[in-house]
Formats: sequence, C-alpha cells, structure tokens
Amino acid sequence: MLKKKDIVNIGDISNEDIFKVFENASQFKKKLSKGEKIKSMDGRIMATLFFEPSTRTRLSFESAMHRLGGSVITVSEPKSSSASKGETVADTIRMASSYSDIIVMRHPMEGAARLAAEFSSVPVINGGDGSGQHPTQTLLDLFTIWEKFGNFNGLHITLAGDLKYGRTVHSLIRALNRFDATISLVSPASLEMPDHIISTLRNPERVIKSTNLDEVLNRSDVFYITRIQKERFVDLNDYAKVIGSYSFDAETVSKMKKTAIMLHPLPRVDEINPEVDNDPRAMYFRQAENGVFVRMAIVDMILGGE
Amino acid sequence: MNKLSEEKTLKISKIEDGIVIDHIHPGSALEVLSVLKITGKSGFTVSLLMNVRSSNGNNKDVVKIEKKKLRKKELDLISIISPNATINIVENFAIKEKFNVSLPERVDDIIKCQNQNCVTNAKEPVKTVFTMEKKGDTHLYRCHYCERTMTLEEIRNSITK
Repeated sequence: MLKKKDIVNIGDISNEDIFKVFENASQFKKKLSKGEKIKSMDGRIMATLFFEPSTRTRLSFESAMHRLGGSVITVSEPKSSSASKGETVADTIRMASSYSDIIVMRHPMEGAARLAAEFSSVPVINGGDGSGQHPTQTLLDLFTIWEKFGNFNGLHITLAGDLKYGRTVHSLIRALNRFDATISLVSPASLEMPDHIISTLRNPERVIKSTNLDEVLNRSDVFYITRIQKERFVDLNDYAKVIGSYSFDAETVSKMKKTAIMLHPLPRVDEINPEVDNDPRAMYFRQAENGVFVRMAIVDMILGGE
Repeated sequence: MNKLSEEKTLKISKIEDGIVIDHIHPGSALEVLSVLKITGKSGFTVSLLMNVRSSNGNNKDVVKIEKKKLRKKELDLISIISPNATINIVENFAIKEKFNVSLPERVDDIIKCQNQNCVTNAKEPVKTVFTMEKKGDTHLYRCHYCERTMTLEEIRNSITK
C-alpha cells in the first residue's frame, strides 16, 4: 500500500506494490491513448522543488499531475529561492508541505529526501538525491522491462557505464536483485558500483562484475546504459578510451540478441550512437515516455484510493 | 558484591567510588579518555595503566576514574573504541556491577558521517543516526540519511580526531 507513503528509496516499495504500479501505469497508458480525461487528482496540488537541474524527471512529474487533473506549484529557479539565502531543506519543506498535498524533490545532497520526509506533513517523493537514490526512475525502468518481458525472473540484465556516480543504477540494482535475475555490472575499474550499494543487496551472488562489454553482448536480455561523465576524468584521453569501450554503435548492437533491449535514463552523450536509434531494440525513448504513466500511477496510489 | 582482588590492583590503588574500565585494547586508553572528554582539567582523579599483562596472558589497558558515572552515549563510545572492554562500577571500594560493553545496534548523534555530501553535514536541524549491520565478522554502521557505511576503524578515526 503506497497510500500516504513517502518514496525515498526503492526499499520503501514492496514487490507487490511494484506490480500494482505497473498495472495502474498500463491502465493510464491505455486511457490516455484513447483520449480519456482523468480527474482523480482534481483539487490536489503537487509542489516540485528541484534544487538541481532536471528535464525529464521534472517535466514527467508535472505532466503526470496535470494529466491526473491536479495542479502543480514550483520554484522556477532554485537560485532565486530562499535556499540560496541559506534556508535549510527542513524549513523549505515545512513551508512547501503547508502549501501542497504532495512534494517531489531533487537535491544535490545525499539523504536530503529522507530528511525532507521527516519534516514534511505531506508525502515526499525523492526525485534524486546527489548520487544516492532515484526510486521513481527505477520504477519506470522496471516497467519498461516488464512491458517487454512480462517478468524479471530468468533475465540477464547488464548495467553498463558509470556505476559509481549514477544514482539510477544504485536504485535499479537493489530492485532487480529482489528477483531471480542475473545482473552483470560492466564498468571501468574507476567507476565500479560502490560497496555500500553492493552490501545492501539481498542476493549478491546473482551479481557478476566485469570490465569487458564483449563478455555479455550476446548473452544479455537488457542493457541498461548510463552516461559516463567527462568531468569525472582528469585526463580526457582516459575518457576517450573508456567511452570507446563502453559505447553502443551499430557494430555493438549487431552482436546483441534479437530479443534484447537497450535502456538509458537519458540524457545520452557518447554512450549510444544515434545510428542505432531506429533499431527496434532501442527502447530508451519509450522508457522516457513511460515516465509519465508510471508517475501518474505512483501519485494516484499515494494520494488516491489505490 | 565482589571485592576487587589484590592482584588486579597491584600497580594502582583501589578507588572508592567510580568506574574501572578494564580489558581496553592495548594502547587505546588515551582514546577512551579522549572520547569521554576527560582531560587533566576536568577535575576527575584518573589512574591509567597501559600494556599490562592480563590474566589471559594478553596485554591490555586499564582506566580508573573516580566519582565518574557513565551515560549510555559514553558506553557506546567506549564499545566503539574497544569492543572487548569491561566496565566495573565501584561503590565503597567494592564492585557493585560488572559487565562487558557491546557494540550498539543504533548510534545517535555520535558519528559524523564521512560522506561530505551527506545532508547531515549541511546546516540542517538533524542529528546523525547510524545502525549496525554485521557482515561475517565485520561490523558496519550505515547512515540513516545517505545510506553510506562506515567501518569501526573509520568511526574510531572520526571520533578520536
């Protein structure tokens, strides 16, 4: 039951609720494709507080709330807000929770969402906290996999790229590891999945680490590719070498299973060559589109009657 | 009530009232005093033995503090510095109570999160909360907010700075 719950990390959501989110997201997707109007959030207000830049997460949450018939209040530019004058997150959240029915927050510091949830009188959804968690991204990632395969058990899923700083993979691996799926982690040694994430896994024996993408290309059902940030490298020659080894182009994709899919939380830079965008295995734009349906389901389950 | 045996108190005199922290990891007595914030200026009468032979043949440190009562938070700190330490509470030259310290399941407002980007290191009105996780023989403490873990060694380094 997500009713009136905070969603700070993926651990706050049971497997049962995950599948309930999928069912509801599918329903909303169907209704919207038929042009049906939804009014379940009529009179409800969402506050979006993004202390860090965001395009997809913010737009899809705001779109989701509008599509549910609710409205959105927001701070258009965090630099002009009271946070820039030194106001604490705690005070900002106390204020925002008195103006709204639900808060979506992104903040550059890890743990900010947990803190916000403790000071808020209304449910808080974590829209990303530093390199911490991004649970709703995980739900839409899982939803996209579920739409294609119908389940997670028995799948071989590869997480590739920057596994150290990429918060989407930190949430995703925790969720995937609850199911009977094999997870390969493919990254440069300097960008490996941190131990503090691995140590939280229920079934760490199902996780395989590798630095070589070729080892998994013809075996994986899902490739979850993350952006390798140039600014993480002191020497740009090192970046060039790494990006060459972990990028997906026509040649790489030709070695993948015909039934495999490629996902990416976007924005992508050099990790996926646009030449593969029209390949049916490229699902990252559908994944982004799914963000609205999944967030509609989450908000509706938290504020509605489930 | 047991009387402190003579051989245990050979090198320093018995105390009338206070605590004896025994079986401290050898070389860690000063760290124990440091986390208890006992300095020469705090007014307590303190006796300290370092690297003395224990009855089991191993070396240990011992600290005796007169008129001192330990709070829960101080016991937690001692257990982090020296998980095998024992506490003797002395009243009227006799041991009133004796127990081993144990690592706390939850630690409030003691550990500073080593993740500089953790929200507890910003000017927010929150205290740190860490919970213990056991991985084999290793004890880890996980921050309630950022969910990063710290080893006992990292915590010791942090609280004795």
